Amino acid sequence: MSDINQKNIRNFCIIAHIDHGKSTLADRIIEKTGLLTSREMQAQVLDNMELERERGITIKAQTVRTVYKAKNGEEYIFNLIDTPGHVDFNYEVSRSLAACDGAILVVDAAQGVEAQTLANVYLALDHDLDVIPVINKIDLPSADPDRVIDEIEDVIGIEAHDAPRISAKTGLNIEDVLEAVVERVPAPTGDANKPLSALIFDSLYDSYKGVIVFCRIFDGSVKVGTQIKMMATGATANVTEVGYFGAGQFIPCDELSAGMVGYITASIKNVQDTAVGDTVTDLNNPCAEPLPGYKQVNSMVYCGMYPADSSKYSDLRDALEKLKLNDASLSFEPETSIALGFGFRCGFLGLLHLEIIQERLEREYNLDLVTTAPGVIYKVHTTTGEVIELTNPSNLPDPSFIDYMEEPVVSAEIMVTTEFIGSIMELCQERRGVYLGMEYSSGNRALLKYELPLNEIIYDFFDALKSRSRGYASFDYELKGYERSTLVKLDILINKEEVDALSFIVHSDTAYERGRKMCEKLKEEIPRHLFEIPIQAAIGSKIIARETVKAVRKDVLAKCYGGDITRKKKLLEKQKEGKKRMRQVGNVEIPQKAFMSVLKLDND
Amino acid sequence: MRKCKYCDFLSFDMHTCTKASEENIDKYFRALWSEIRANADNRNIATIFFGGGTPSMVEAHYIEETLQTIYECFTVNENAEITIECNPGTLTKEKLDAYKKCGINRISIGLQSANDHDLEVIGRIHTYEQFLESYKLVKNAGFDNVNIDVMSALPNQTVSSYLDSLNKIIALNPAHISAYSLILEEDTPLYDLVNDNKVALPNEDDEREMYYKTKELLKLNGYNQYEISNYAKDGKHCKHNCLYWQRGEYFGFGIGAASYINGVRYKNISSFDAYINNSHNPAAIKTEQITITREDSMSEFMYLGLRFTDGIDSSEFNREFGIELENIYGNEIKKLISSELLIKTETGYKLTEYGVDVSNYALSFFV
Repeated sequence: MSDINQKNIRNFCIIAHIDHGKSTLADRIIEKTGLLTSREMQAQVLDNMELERERGITIKAQTVRTVYKAKNGEEYIFNLIDTPGHVDFNYEVSRSLAACDGAILVVDAAQGVEAQTLANVYLALDHDLDVIPVINKIDLPSADPDRVIDEIEDVIGIEAHDAPRISAKTGLNIEDVLEAVVERVPAPTGDANKPLSALIFDSLYDSYKGVIVFCRIFDGSVKVGTQIKMMATGATANVTEVGYFGAGQFIPCDELSAGMVGYITASIKNVQDTAVGDTVTDLNNPCAEPLPGYKQVNSMVYCGMYPADSSKYSDLRDALEKLKLNDASLSFEPETSIALGFGFRCGFLGLLHLEIIQERLEREYNLDLVTTAPGVIYKVHTTTGEVIELTNPSNLPDPSFIDYMEEPVVSAEIMVTTEFIGSIMELCQERRGVYLGMEYSSGNRALLKYELPLNEIIYDFFDALKSRSRGYASFDYELKGYERSTLVKLDILINKEEVDALSFIVHSDTAYERGRKMCEKLKEEIPRHLFEIPIQAAIGSKIIARETVKAVRKDVLAKCYGGDITRKKKLLEKQKEGKKRMRQVGNVEIPQKAFMSVLKLDND
Repeated sequence: MRKCKYCDFLSFDMHTCTKASEENIDKYFRALWSEIRANADNRNIATIFFGGGTPSMVEAHYIEETLQTIYECFTVNENAEITIECNPGTLTKEKLDAYKKCGINRISIGLQSANDHDLEVIGRIHTYEQFLESYKLVKNAGFDNVNIDVMSALPNQTVSSYLDSLNKIIALNPAHISAYSLILEEDTPLYDLVNDNKVALPNEDDEREMYYKTKELLKLNGYNQYEISNYAKDGKHCKHNCLYWQRGEYFGFGIGAASYINGVRYKNISSFDAYINNSHNPAAIKTEQITITREDSMSEFMYLGLRFTDGIDSSEFNREFGIELENIYGNEIKKLISSELLIKTETGYKLTEYGVDVSNYALSFFV
């Protein structure tokens, strides 16, 4: 395959809103290009992690190379680059797009254009990609392809009248898509004789091969023995294998050259060395400049993770280290809580990323975790002129040392049908949103633009959005920057003792309300003890809310019928077991899930 | 017959079984007798208890024959306490005469409440009037050792309606009263009713008030509380029940019955057919078999013994296990004393009044 003509390569991706059928279309393309027989097809070849399949979303971008024999009789190499479909992974999406020359935009023939569709299309257009619209799910009874085509032209502003109308599910008109890729995605234009410059768009840790770097070669070539250098991280390595992507397997080849998409292995032990967006070049014949667009990915959301059983601390550390091998955007460092003992402060791209890591720790590593409420990074400007990046509320300095504080703010776009505009605006208002504008699109849809504090949207904003729009609103955001804000730390005292793991930062306007709700929630979560337990919310030394867990009055066993002592004993053992699942704070036992209470304050 | 709405014990509905109920009852007793025979032993038996449901529902000859079988297979003490549990509405003069003749000397009647509304809401099949008739039959048949079961904290019950009910029972002057607070068990119809807000249970304050008033009222009337839920006139405490709390050994025969023999706690299977087919082979019908180690024994000494109002005797612990009680449970005792759930007595320890209220919590320290 060394003499592949660049003219016959097509590097492209599929962009879509969740559930509009991206993965299904990818499966059909793989099927129709004949790389796999129908029997080999798993339900969704690209989503091969169990977790991904369950959630129906693609977490880690993967890519596949197939061969298509077009109607003009020529064979084309299709490199289909998969992109993650969630806003938490926006940067990964942008790097995947940078590796492509064109994009297929899948739009659901019933749902139409969503906020996420827009965000992804804009990203694609930013990268000068040719966008090929495809109308999917035309077999649905509620499909209205003409309306959706109008909407695409209206809202996005791209020509869509000859867009293929397909059903990825049934395989209808898939060939139209393949032909469109041949005709409309430009062939790559790199120069194989220039120094190597390759874009890393993903990487994967394999315990045998080390880090496997997924890249697009823009110029030059790479083969076994090439000494490579990662230009941003500065890491160097000796290439041990290059190849391309079969469906679900790595197929070695002799050389990757300009225009091609493939992988490199070089006994690299750490994915931190192969950051997404970095440029791979030849150490001995480097390119003049790295490819544009690299940025360091920073965690946006933090939380404390503690083993429920304190003896599992080192197991948790090992598991986090293993996950980090494959996930450069996960960060963690040890921390100690008075209430929860030894654990880690972990950083994530967003709440979905947090949930995925949490689930993997619990599922794949069998760890029982206590997780504290997630928070964002605040910038604390002290009276001495220092700036502290605060990831753990407990570390907030005494107010007398604080000059002012800043919090991260995002620009958000919300796509909603007009009947729900009122309730969504109300929601944004409640979340301290600043209204920026609104655009009406075809039919009865509107795009709302807001600036929102990140800490108001990380827990439950998406759920609230869905419930207040009967599931119709869609949402996308990007970090805008930091803004000055009047923030306070809300402390929770249980039986007069401050519980560090329950503290959180909140805007002063909503502090009273949240303090009250937090106390109410904790009252439900904390079981009654032999004594009365006051639960208080405080800002500094000022108590702003209080609830009381009454002392238990009665806890007696029923009659012991017919001398069934073992039944009796089991009941007592269950009672004792229940105590073990609690965290002892002072002389109060707190159930582990209570530490997540702050997440559920808005379930009304 | 039907099951009461609060009951989560094992039971079978003879009418829904595929074969005619009489046939099944007969089969069951034959199987019971073969189980008893297979366990024949030369031990002295001090108490016998027919219970778990309503043994008085079957024809008296089954009870007679069961006792005869026991007399054949064991040595039953001359003055043994022999009890049968009865439900109002299932008793006749003939039955009671037959019981008396074959040696039964104690009757336990499941009344639960003297208020017909209470009885209806918990699914009892009798009225208070029917109970009074049964009680009269019992007295007339010459039984003077009678227990009446009464429950507090029933749906819609108030403190005064409960006390009214208790006073009516006291007026009958039975030798023994078992007074239980209703415990709402999952998987019972009552549990669902309460959860669906179809009936309301008394609030906690009222519930405790009922319990404290029970103690007070029964004491005034000459009943001594000897265990969390049991009250008796002098010398009339239920020896059989005490045996359980004193870790004495006992045979339990029948479906789902529990035994404690030679240091092992057993439980019989709860499948009707499997029991019928295998009851002659004791090993084949045991589902649970737990050897009580020395450590278990110490634990039982504590969590069973502390149910007695007088508590436990430290020197008895020392005699049996050859070690000071405090050496084993010093920490637990200290914690419970400091939270005022346990106090020291002249001879050992007992639960405080509050300790009794939260006995689940207090006793769980010893398992």
